[in-house]
Parts: sequence; C-alpha cells; structure tokens
Amino acid sequence: MVLKERKVVVTGVGLITPVGTGKEKAWNNIINGVCGIGPLTRFSDPLMPVRIAGEVADFDPLQYISVKDVKKMDRFIHFAVGAADMAIEDAALKITSENANRVGVLIGSGIGGLPAIESYCKAYMENGYKKVSPFFIPMLIINLAAGNVSIRCGAKGPNSSVATACATGSHAIGDAYKIIQRGDADAMIAGGTESVITPLAVGGFAIMKALSRRNDEPHRASRPFDLNRDGFVVSEGAGIVVLEELEHALNRGARIYAEVVGYGMTGDAYHITAPSIDGDGAYRCMAIALNDGNVSPEEVDYINAHGTSTKFNDELETIAIKKLFKEHAYKLAVSSTKSMTGHLLGAAGGVESIFCALALHYGIIPPTINLDTPDPECDLDYVAHKARKVDINFALCNSFGFGGTNACILFKRFNQT
Amino acid sequence: MGQDVQEKVKEIISKQLGIDIAQVKSEASFVEDLGADSLDTVELVMAFEEAFGVQIPDEDAEKITKVQDAIDYIQKKLDQK
Repeated sequence: MVLKERKVVVTGVGLITPVGTGKEKAWNNIINGVCGIGPLTRFSDPLMPVRIAGEVADFDPLQYISVKDVKKMDRFIHFAVGAADMAIEDAALKITSENANRVGVLIGSGIGGLPAIESYCKAYMENGYKKVSPFFIPMLIINLAAGNVSIRCGAKGPNSSVATACATGSHAIGDAYKIIQRGDADAMIAGGTESVITPLAVGGFAIMKALSRRNDEPHRASRPFDLNRDGFVVSEGAGIVVLEELEHALNRGARIYAEVVGYGMTGDAYHITAPSIDGDGAYRCMAIALNDGNVSPEEVDYINAHGTSTKFNDELETIAIKKLFKEHAYKLAVSSTKSMTGHLLGAAGGVESIFCALALHYGIIPPTINLDTPDPECDLDYVAHKARKVDINFALCNSFGFGGTNACILFKRFNQT
Repeated sequence: MGQDVQEKVKEIISKQLGIDIAQVKSEASFVEDLGADSLDTVELVMAFEEAFGVQIPDEDAEKITKVQDAIDYIQKKLDQK
C-alpha cells in the first residue's frame, strides 16, 4: 500500500526584525531596500571596536505578555511569544481542545538568554546566590521559547527546540516540516529567535574579527558579496511561521503563502567556525533539499542566501551555488536580505524562510543592498540594490552555522484557487 | 510604623504579582487567592528582603503563605532591629 504523502504549507508568519515588527512593515521595508542597522544603543563601551547593530526598536513585549510574566523571560523569549502570536493570528489558526494534541511548537535560538546570564552573573558576584532570581533558569534556557509559546497558545503536540547557531531558524522550520510530513502533528509553530546585543556577545564576535567595523556608516555596513565587505552586523529579532498539513489548511479555508517541498541538513566535519573548502557542506545541503523535493536545479528561481557579508561565507556560498547549479547559477536570482536586516543569528533562518515564502506569494524578489563594487569572486545575479517583480516557482533558503551545521529549505509557489 | 509596613508589603505584592492593590487583602493567600506559583513566592520573599533590609531564612520563608504572615513577620524583624 502506498500512503499519500502529506504536503506541508505555510499559513501564517510572524516577524520581529530591525526593519520592523509585523509582516507588512518588515516586508515593505525589505522590498524597498530599507536598512535597519544603526548605532548600537543597548550598552556603551568606548573600547569596543564595534558600535553598530541591528536593534529592534518597535517591539513592546507588554502588547503580548503581562507585566508579571515579562520579567520571567529574557528578551529572546519575548520575541518568540510576540512573533508566535502574530503568526497564529495571521494564520487565523484556532487551537482548541479538539486539535491541541496535533499542534506543536519548535522554536530555536542560537545562544538563548545571554543578557540574563550577564546580568545575574554580576548580581551573584556582587551579592551572592540570594540575588539570583528564581526565574533565572527558565528565563534563559533555549527551549523555554517553545515552552512559553505552548503555555500561551495551548499547543500540546511536539514541543522542542534547536540550537544550531546561525542555522537554527531553518533547522526549526525544516524539522517541523518533517514532523508534519511524517504524521506526528497537523500544524507546527516553528522558527527562530535571538537577542544577544550584549557586551559579551558583541565582544566575543568582535574579537573573532567576524563583525563589520564600519561604525560611521551603519546603513552601509552589511554588504554581502561586495568587494569591500568587512564582516557581519549582529542583529536581533524573531521569525516564526505556522506550518500546516495541506488538507488541514484547506479544510479550514486558510490563506496559503507557499508550500514547503524540500529540506536538507548536512555537517561540514571541518572547522569550528570556517566553512568547508569549496563550500562543500553548503553544496551537499542544497543538493539534498532539491532531491528531497524532487526538484531539478534548473527549476529553482531564487535563493535567499546565507550571505552574511563576511569574506569567507559569501565567497564559498557562491562557489557552492555554482557547483550545484552550473550554468543555471547565472540565471537564477540570489539575494541576501542580511544586507538590510543584519545577521539575526539563530533567528536568521526563520526570518529568511518567511521572506522566501512572501517572495513566492507576492512575486517579488528582495534585493541585496550595498552591492556597489561586486567582488570578482562573487559573480552571480545578486539582485543588486532594487527588488525585482517577477513570478517565481521555487525558492531556496540557505542557512549555515558555526560548528559546520547547514540547513536548506525549498519552498514552492502555491496556487490557491 | 505598622501601617507603613502593611502598605509597603501590599504594594510589593501588587507589583510583583501584577495585580491591583485592592485585591491584596490581608487574609489572602499568595498561591490560593493571588495566583502566585512556587517561584513567585520565592521572588516575593526576595523583594521583601530588599525593600525592608531584612534577612528571611528559607525555613521562615516557607511559613509566609498569606499577606498577613508577611506583614507580621517583617514587623517583628523590624522591631528586633
């Protein structure tokens, strides 16, 4: 007996980004090339060589969480709760006693509650353990993002999280897609969240020389594929989707943004931070995603690149794309929305998966801004400066993380009749 | 003085638990009437210690389950000072 394969679609999105909170605002800014990066205001350290960041300025946790509960969660959990609320409302998904066991939550974070760790570390060192909040542990541990979302919305299905550095958001959505496909849930609230604009995190990335130091020109600091790129810009936010089994979505008349048709995950087995030689891990990951979706490379129209604006990522990602897509690599569109959002770390894959789904839904490919002087090693069509209005059928979301962890998700346009 | 302690204790409870001060009646139990969980009660005791400059050992803290318990305990501690 051949079982009919369960299809999975995106029916709701929730965005909290440096270019805006909420789908309308963030998407409008993304397709208009608006940059969300500015001076770092969260803390001040005159010795820090990096003084720019992608801070979220328009999110008020009290719109989503009571005063009493806000202080029990670090900011990455505030973001998760807010973005999940938005996604569930956008999907008009009602979680009731009838379907609760079939709705799950899978939200990850690259680092988790570092702001809480830094602040309570100080409290402990100064005044001992009695100054550590009883909410310290639940405020910082990564799976409490998914935990708090389920507590609020009543989803009693699979509840989990991933922590795969900058690939987290894509792994969460990819894993959630597989959970629905294999029948363990009918709907999943999935994505990534991150908020670590703190002295230790910025200092840690800065000392690695991973961050752009273009402090005097924040809007021009994140410049993926440009010859004069000098690192990524650390940002914060969350991108969370509602994924649903197709029949489940159709039966309740849900609006569908896109279908998820393929997912690849690979490991570099190479280095703690550097991508593998010739982008081998990325190449194999994209190939697996296409194979999973039974889609040939020539069918792919758009890649939302990992495109961090570091020398190595952008060059090696380009090599990997060329190796897989061959001549078609020069025909498809590749763009890095990180040129506008900066790098949301564990939330990046969540936000960028949403941009892929919206690109398919609205027929608009977001641009790569700041691509003024293309790096000769990066010679693809990166949709420089301006968005492109064109109907596309397949979009690939690339996310790669420290540790040599890679995730690629393949989205397909959904024609709703 | 006694009146001050009572006011201040109620204010702290209202702020910590995110409830209206009018609901913080002397006979109210933190858990049963005011919606606190075990972690909230730990945090409440920490807030009392901070606000009144007193030490509340764990074995005493366990016995403070109602608003009036807190008021009486803190008043006693302050009187001993």
